[in-house]
Amino acid sequence: MTKPAARDIGLVGLFDSPDALLHAARMLRDAGCARWDCHTPYPVHGLDRAMGLKRTPVPIVTMTFAFLGLASAVVLTGGLSVLQYPIVIGGKPLFSWLAFVPIFFELFVLFATVSTLVALIVLCRLGRWHSPLHDSDIARLVTCDRFAVVWQGQQGQSGQGNQGGPSADQVRQMLQDAGCTDIRPLVELDEFSTEGPQ
Amino acid sequence: MSRDNVILGPPSELASPISPRRLDDDIYRPLESFPTWRWWIAISVTGSLAMLFGYCVWITVSKGIGTWGNNQPVGWAFAITNFVFWIGIGHAGTLISAILYVLRQTWRTAISRFSEAMTVFAVFVALQFPLFHTGRPWKAMFWLIPYPNDMSVYQNFRSPLEWDVFAVGTYALVSIMFWYIGLIPDLASARDRAVDPVRKFLYGLASLGWVGSARAWQHYEKGYILFAGLATALVISVHSIVSFDFAVAFLPGWHSTIFPPYFVAGAILSGFAMVATLVIIMRKMFRLSHVITTTHVELMNKIIIVTSLMVGYSYVLEVFMSWYCGREVEWFGTITRAFGSYAWAYWLTILCNVLFPQLFWIPAVRRSAWITWPIVVLVNLGMWLERFVIIVTGLYRDALPSSWWVYRPTWIDLGLLAGSFGVFLTFVLLFCRFLPTVSASEMKAIQPGAQPAAGGEHD
Repeated sequence: MTKPAARDIGLVGLFDSPDALLHAARMLRDAGCARWDCHTPYPVHGLDRAMGLKRTPVPIVTMTFAFLGLASAVVLTGGLSVLQYPIVIGGKPLFSWLAFVPIFFELFVLFATVSTLVALIVLCRLGRWHSPLHDSDIARLVTCDRFAVVWQGQQGQSGQGNQGGPSADQVRQMLQDAGCTDIRPLVELDEFSTEGPQ
Repeated sequence: MSRDNVILGPPSELASPISPRRLDDDIYRPLESFPTWRWWIAISVTGSLAMLFGYCVWITVSKGIGTWGNNQPVGWAFAITNFVFWIGIGHAGTLISAILYVLRQTWRTAISRFSEAMTVFAVFVALQFPLFHTGRPWKAMFWLIPYPNDMSVYQNFRSPLEWDVFAVGTYALVSIMFWYIGLIPDLASARDRAVDPVRKFLYGLASLGWVGSARAWQHYEKGYILFAGLATALVISVHSIVSFDFAVAFLPGWHSTIFPPYFVAGAILSGFAMVATLVIIMRKMFRLSHVITTTHVELMNKIIIVTSLMVGYSYVLEVFMSWYCGREVEWFGTITRAFGSYAWAYWLTILCNVLFPQLFWIPAVRRSAWITWPIVVLVNLGMWLERFVIIVTGLYRDALPSSWWVYRPTWIDLGLLAGSFGVFLTFVLLFCRFLPTVSASEMKAIQPGAQPAAGGEHD
């Protein structure tokens, strides 16, 4: 089996300290880069602001589904006790909601947590096993102890070709200015035709 | 003691902070090397006990629960005791991983993964007991879960037993999801470290393609703290609802408003005792004593003192209330509990849960893993006996003296109890072998210098 040919699809700047990474992230953010990301072994404080990321919608999803769960519990207990099979138990009203509070609460939590997990899988783009970081032999570094700025774009193109962002040479220059001494090409093996991370 | 010292132990225990690479090497070593002979011996013992569990389940299912010692008036005995015991064990895992996370107690990081795993296995084991107590577990689903049916017959949502179905079911699912979310970044590390292609494929599959993207971390962190917050409320609700199984019934010794907080404190006590029991062995077995330090053991022991005092207070208050309420039947219940056929179990409970943990007031005791170990094992014993005392002494002297009876477990009961430890410990040993026992990504994040000094204040 021959090794598939590798294609250059961008640049990777590797850093050893979170401070340097933050500095580089601010530079790329201010330069208006279109397709780029940082990869870190653990969450780095302040990186979301340094990259200019929007607030995550996870809490909205969680809260929406939490109250949906609560409503479903009310419908489940009330509907079955009042409409489907009305029967007096212990001389209590048909919809004795206080006795149903444990079920309200549990379904509230159940819906909130399951929806949070699904939201995380969708928003973190999990379930996409291929990444050019594996092809470029970068993944094993950023899941251990190094910090990477990953920029995607064509070599030698600028302006429209890179969606209005800086060219490869400009990005290389910015990474060097940020103190990066280990700049590598981001490659993708030809057997894959996906667009890479994010 | 400064906060950093709390995380990694006093400077004397650890000359310098651990580098991320060395942390990875230490944490993933058990996954990447052939199991030691100690591990094989341990798993052959626990595996045999797990087979005993399977055999006792086979007898229970094929012959019926008449093979157990339960009989009127003691309709609940070992099975429900084991259920409450194992659910309680699980609660410390959620407490450590969720409540201490919400409270920003960074020392939890070293033991959170292990205790979450313990939660998942303990809840799994706990679920077996009510399931087999139904007698026909293959039909239990239809009795427990409301589903649309031609007869329009549904569960009684006013029953604490039905609350339990929702509470424990939710708890089991949430524990598994919370554990898995925490594992994803570490599974990615395991994937990238793996040399063997099969291992690389399996860890890769489980890691869902995680590559540590900052965009993903942003969602992940928010999701994780939401999970922690929800799990915090959940864990308190679950053991409160388990206590409702007793507190809502009109039985002297069961019908008591103190049960929910009393059960929650007891669950934390037994859970921390179990975490300490296992972690003390695990950190030696897998050479992680520099990650899970004596300071961690000491902090757990401090929580054991607090919860042991809370449980002790509940014991005293139970006796006081049964006297103060002025009802003869309540006081009779207390007398039969303390001086009846199971007096030994009652006093052993107090000895193990309230008196022995007081030894942890002595700094030398709580800082010594080898003195801690027998004490926490006794707390485990005491917490099991506590549930046994509550359940059986609440039942064996009922309102009709002609039916009074002394419960004795059969060998099937004892086999299921011993076997449940086998199943639980087998899972724990497999976990230690195949998954990272310490959350490497979280440990890296709390090392000195791991976070930017400026912390993004420029923006």
